[in-house]
Amino acid sequence: MPLKTRYELNLGMATREAFGRALVELGRENPNIMAVDADLSKSTFTHLFAKEFPERFVSCGIAEANMVGVAAGLASHGKIPFAASFSCFLLNKAFEQLRVTVAYPGLNVKIVGTHSGISIGEDGPSQMSVEEISLACSLPGFVVLAPADEVATRALVRAAAEHVGPVFIRTGRPRVPVIYSPDQRFEIGKAIELVEGSDVTIMANGLMVAEAIRAAEALDAEGISVRVLDLHTVKPLDREAIRKAAEETGAIVVAEEHLVDSGTGVRVAQAVAEMHPCVMEFVGIQNTYAESGPPEALLEKYGLTAPHIAAAARKALARKRGR
Amino acid sequence: MQTARSLEELQALAKQIRRHIIEMTGAAKSGHPGGSLSSVEILVTLFFGGVLRHDPKRPDWPERDRFILSKGHGAPALYAVLAECGYEAAPRELLKTLRKLGSPYQGHPDKRFLPVLEASTGSLGQGLSLAMGMGFAARLNGNPSRTYVLLGDGEIQEGQIWEAAMFGAYHKIDNVTAIVDYNKMQLDGFIKDVMELEPLVPKWQAFGWHVLEVDGHSFPALQAAFTLAREVRGRPTVIIAHTVKGKGVSFMENNPKFHGVAPTPEEVELALKELA
Repeated sequence: MPLKTRYELNLGMATREAFGRALVELGRENPNIMAVDADLSKSTFTHLFAKEFPERFVSCGIAEANMVGVAAGLASHGKIPFAASFSCFLLNKAFEQLRVTVAYPGLNVKIVGTHSGISIGEDGPSQMSVEEISLACSLPGFVVLAPADEVATRALVRAAAEHVGPVFIRTGRPRVPVIYSPDQRFEIGKAIELVEGSDVTIMANGLMVAEAIRAAEALDAEGISVRVLDLHTVKPLDREAIRKAAEETGAIVVAEEHLVDSGTGVRVAQAVAEMHPCVMEFVGIQNTYAESGPPEALLEKYGLTAPHIAAAARKALARKRGR
Repeated sequence: MQTARSLEELQALAKQIRRHIIEMTGAAKSGHPGGSLSSVEILVTLFFGGVLRHDPKRPDWPERDRFILSKGHGAPALYAVLAECGYEAAPRELLKTLRKLGSPYQGHPDKRFLPVLEASTGSLGQGLSLAMGMGFAARLNGNPSRTYVLLGDGEIQEGQIWEAAMFGAYHKIDNVTAIVDYNKMQLDGFIKDVMELEPLVPKWQAFGWHVLEVDGHSFPALQAAFTLAREVRGRPTVIIAHTVKGKGVSFMENNPKFHGVAPTPEEVELALKELA
């Protein structure tokens, strides 16, 4: 298994920056693309779009509820608005607007949450978003995306613009390793197999994908054959890839930078229970809010790094083998 | 395109809409007759009084003016108006299926069931933001479409209304006109006893809006206000329309009970006699 040569995992740009750059590219191609922001454009990187297309940038001030309603109105007139803010503010403060004004009529609004998870770091729990996958997935008709690196983000922002209907894209604050080659193809709802393996499958999204690859490398050295899937689309799930993983490896670990009891893991577990029950373990944030600190230290303290994933995989494998 | 009807025709239409509201909510045994009745002249002025540029034969006409019923509980009035306009998706003979399973006339406006609606509403406070987005996009597209949004008076206690109000003034959204159906009552009683809105005109003025105050049951006054609103540049207009909750039915007028309670069969009979 040539893992180490396949994935150098060199540090790339943050997924929020990749979003901001992708939006500018889209803006050049399609005059209907718009950016809507709530006083965080320098953090969400929509300021790049604002600079090039000032007339298509809508400043809403610190008013997320109104921002989502405005985006819905733009979409009603055929625009393709990308409304961006920190995930925690966008999904929590404007959830009701997302529900009634966007999801209920099924408007073509794109919601981009930045600074997701606990890896925002020093700002602390009031700015950390650990529940937005759950919230976004509870909106009927929404597509929910959680790209792992700059390549995935660029491709999925483009896919979101082409998709007709509401989409939520989860991006993060810190720079993250580059996993994909620039020519990698992405399709909404299609998981990507990053590592082939037969003993256990690790499914991850966002910055946990790189950690999953590192865990697979460590386990490979122990003689454990690990399959790694990037579940960049949390909704709709790639049920076929999940079914195959359950049938062919018989043990699944889901790793996510999100509350463990309401995120990607429980959605995968539901699919597994429906199609092919197998042993499962879950890596994520337990029933708590985190704290201030450097992102790497936080991820380590709250159990979101490769060693934690590897431990969960060993446990799943032992359970599968009846030990 | 709809042309303006005469005053006599508008008055007759208003009476007909009121009869529909009574029959619909009576048949449904639930709904919000009070706030539907208070908004009748506002809606009739918009749809039949030469204000809204719309064509029931071409509901998808891109340059049509948009109307949003932000106070979604007033749906019976809007449904009756759309049916009287002759929109194919809004058949008159189905009005009495209000709130029934599968009906185009859902409890609150739902685009999925009645596609000629411009918005699905029912959770208060959200329509003005939607109107702002529509106004912004229409201006950007060079589309002459104007957006009208009807707000409940109790509804503007919602904070999002004032977020949208700030937005409208800052972005100079002068192709949007908001109307406040100021019937002075909300579910729990009189506005002043629940959460006072006064001084209302200075509030909107302070937020940078062009404010007009009218008798919300006078067709000429409403028509004049809408004409003025169209002419103002650089800021949105809000028309504070003073209305009477339950207007047109003596025992419903100014009676908070009829905010969210349907008339009984006996009350329907009495009301229809008054509206004969």
